[in-house]
Amino acid sequence: MNQQSPISKTQNLSQGYIGKSVPRREDARLLDGAGQFIDNMKLPNMTYSAVLRSPYAHARLLSINTEEALSLKGIVGILTGEDLKGKVGLIRPNWIAGQDIQIPDHPVLAFDKVNYTGDAVAFIVGESREAVQDALEMIEVEYEVLDPIIDEEEAFQEGAVQIHEGIKNNRAGKPLMAWGDYRKAAEEADQIVSLKLINNRLIPSAMEPRVLLASFDKYSEKLEMYIPSQVPHLHRRWISDTLGWPEHKIHLKVPDIGGGFGAKMHLYVEEILVAYAAKHFGCPIKWTETRSESHLSTHHGRAHTQYIDLAIKNDGTVLGLKLKLFANMGAYLSNMATGVPSVNCTYFANGNYNIPNYFAQTNLIFTNTVPVDAYRGAGRPEATYLIERSMDKVAEVLGMDPLEVRRKNVIQKFPHNFYDSGSFLKCMEEAKSSFKYEEKRELQAQAREEGRYLGIGIINYTESCGMAPSTVLGNLGFDRGGYESAEIKVHPDGKVTLFTGSTPQGHGHHTSFAQIVASELQIPMEDVEVITGDTEAVPVGVGTYNSRSMAVGGSAAKICAGKVIEKAKKYAALKLRCKEESVLYQEGHFFTEENEKRIPFAKIARMAAVPHHKPEDVTPGLDQLYTHDPISMSSPNGSHAAFVEVDIETGKIEILEYLAVDDAGNLINPMLAEGQIHGGIAQGIGQALYENTVYSEDGQLLSGSLLDYAVPKADQLPSFKTDFLYTPTQTNPLGAKGIGEAGTIAAPPALVSAVCDALKPFGIDHIDMPLTPPKIWKAIQSASQDKGGAS
Amino acid sequence: MKKHTVKITVNGKEHQSEIDARTLLTHFLRDHLNITSTNIGCDTSQCGACTVLVNGESVKSCTQLAVQMDGAEITTAANDQISDIEVIKRNFHESHGLQCGYCTPGMVMSSHELLKQNSNPSDDEIRDALHGNICRCTGYHNIIEAVKKSAAEIREGAAS
Repeated sequence: MNQQSPISKTQNLSQGYIGKSVPRREDARLLDGAGQFIDNMKLPNMTYSAVLRSPYAHARLLSINTEEALSLKGIVGILTGEDLKGKVGLIRPNWIAGQDIQIPDHPVLAFDKVNYTGDAVAFIVGESREAVQDALEMIEVEYEVLDPIIDEEEAFQEGAVQIHEGIKNNRAGKPLMAWGDYRKAAEEADQIVSLKLINNRLIPSAMEPRVLLASFDKYSEKLEMYIPSQVPHLHRRWISDTLGWPEHKIHLKVPDIGGGFGAKMHLYVEEILVAYAAKHFGCPIKWTETRSESHLSTHHGRAHTQYIDLAIKNDGTVLGLKLKLFANMGAYLSNMATGVPSVNCTYFANGNYNIPNYFAQTNLIFTNTVPVDAYRGAGRPEATYLIERSMDKVAEVLGMDPLEVRRKNVIQKFPHNFYDSGSFLKCMEEAKSSFKYEEKRELQAQAREEGRYLGIGIINYTESCGMAPSTVLGNLGFDRGGYESAEIKVHPDGKVTLFTGSTPQGHGHHTSFAQIVASELQIPMEDVEVITGDTEAVPVGVGTYNSRSMAVGGSAAKICAGKVIEKAKKYAALKLRCKEESVLYQEGHFFTEENEKRIPFAKIARMAAVPHHKPEDVTPGLDQLYTHDPISMSSPNGSHAAFVEVDIETGKIEILEYLAVDDAGNLINPMLAEGQIHGGIAQGIGQALYENTVYSEDGQLLSGSLLDYAVPKADQLPSFKTDFLYTPTQTNPLGAKGIGEAGTIAAPPALVSAVCDALKPFGIDHIDMPLTPPKIWKAIQSASQDKGGAS
Repeated sequence: MKKHTVKITVNGKEHQSEIDARTLLTHFLRDHLNITSTNIGCDTSQCGACTVLVNGESVKSCTQLAVQMDGAEITTAANDQISDIEVIKRNFHESHGLQCGYCTPGMVMSSHELLKQNSNPSDDEIRDALHGNICRCTGYHNIIEAVKKSAAEIREGAAS
């Protein structure tokens, strides 16, 4: 990979359907409200279930009495922790990032102690939704309440309550990441700039809560379960590991999913409970999470306290970065939880910049809160936020233009140690000019004369997408493969079905993957069916996260389709009476330069399916299975710009303009890519301005529903301007890099940068997210008092 | 628990059912009639995924008891007899106004009600009208586009 990828302003790959904004084939049923969401499904003799959750953040479980609840009409049975002992394993993390990670026991139902409000204590199965809800109220649990600990820094203090026996300072581990020599850089620096940042805890809030529907066939001893999973094949393995059931006897099916954003790729206790209980009680069981329950049980995201030191020269050059990070893990280690801060965040905390000396220590801290794991962006929003806030701080300290500081440090040579390719400077220049930066600075100056406070934030981001290759993941302690599968079945009529391990949750894979296969096979898109999310139909798979679908799964589909054509050429050679090497394929037809005769793909498909005439040593049929393990990850990048006005009387922020310039390499379906950017920005603005997860001191989740947790609504967001550059990656044959998380990564620093820029006259250089009106107002009040009013 | 008899017309078809007093309209539609074009996204009436029209007015079906609906006419996104709803759905499709699609039936119904009341809404008016429907995927940008395009088409249709 030593070839520099060209940066282009136009995408030039209109090959068949690729690069075209084809509207989605998924939409019709969703628009009619006929989506196959799991809660819409029923099975014969289906029962309902509910989880009894701890009302305390930290308590010893003294006794559970289920007698009265069991006597209620329609109750099938109740499981407690004692019932599962010795029969069901523990929930285990899937990424052990670091040598010294301590993993506390995480039982499926608590039997000794509960460790967060919402921790599962009992599981009720009954004949109706109402019956199980009534029975929930009747279970008597005796608790000895213990002091809880919520804050990650307090949990780390000497003398703090210890949550898990033997885990000192509530610290699961302290992974290090370093290069160069930070100490030396600090000595050579003109000054050290320091910041403390809080990256607020978020609730992923997919609109569809988690729902499960399982049945167990006692004759075949097989579990069938509908599950809203981003990673069905991985979920199958985890369920097999936890229950000790053979993996091939577990069949997971993923129909439509109402959004995932990372939260639907973790292993949850309910998945084990529903599977186990379906066998134990011998009836199909549905479990539907309520929204309030979702806040207490579906894993949260972010939740970092970060201390940053920057060793800088007075010309704006950053010589070194030192990072001390406290990552709140919640009560237990969830799937990817250790790797999100200590790899995804600290490995990429240099952002788009050359930082020759770097030292980062991550403290992975347990608290009595809902476990924290990957949520859209997973570590990279935390990394981008810290480095971009740092660049603003350097500009502030040195009195430089924030874009000049960035330009001074930006990486310009690719491939780079971390990044396969990129357009870091070009994107920033593009954003600067499209955003009319200079003009906006003038508007800002004029407005200040009138007592209005406008702010501009332009930030850069990069991310790494498509976690691969498998060998690297192994070195990182990530217990997954980095590949994705594609299987193409060629039907005798020449139409094909693609089975992909990539599993969509609203991404539009059924359309975009059909575009790839149809283009490669040169057949109409209508002739390509796409099947996802079924662990038996799809032979192997890894799944959808880390914006890996196109780069890894899409590439697998493209290569697989190429192999179909390769095999078809062997049959065509027989038909065209020529050597295989002479067969050409264009516009869906096989031919040779010598022979005018053109044979359509469908004819060869039939010939291969009914192989009365078959080349020697060639098997019947054209079907292919291919698993693609990329040579490396790819690194999309971009620059986002926000223009805001802050009403200093109320603290309210109005977003006047938002511009995104993104480079995700080649885009398969630009309309879908743009949709991903929009949705990402919305969630990023959510983090910056609205969303926050608040616990009371005694560990009650105060953001317990959508009444108390501010997911942005239509009147709280602007329209977005989007623009793209196209720097194809050389790490996969599509040249596609990944787009799903970009907006979530870029929007928080863009917004905070803009708001702080607006408040500069008050001497305010930072306010922690979310930037709610009361917080802004208070900051202005106290700054004005300190400085005797705005200058 | 005492059962109550209700007669409710949904998308033009009358249903007579025996229900508990505590049955919410959304559960009645989903569980009793198997009509899934009202999704449940919350339990506090914030998300709007269960929005339907009751006698022509948009209602979050999780806020109403089914017994209150005796004699009512309910319209859901599955109704394909109302041309304006079909126009809105087509524009959501063409403008990529949906991703996971969970909030979409509710969005379509709220958009329909808006366009009945205001045939030429501004962006701000559309955003205001949709603030009771949460979408977590699209950032609303394309939803606003879809509603604007629908408004123009419906106006043209009415004029011609």
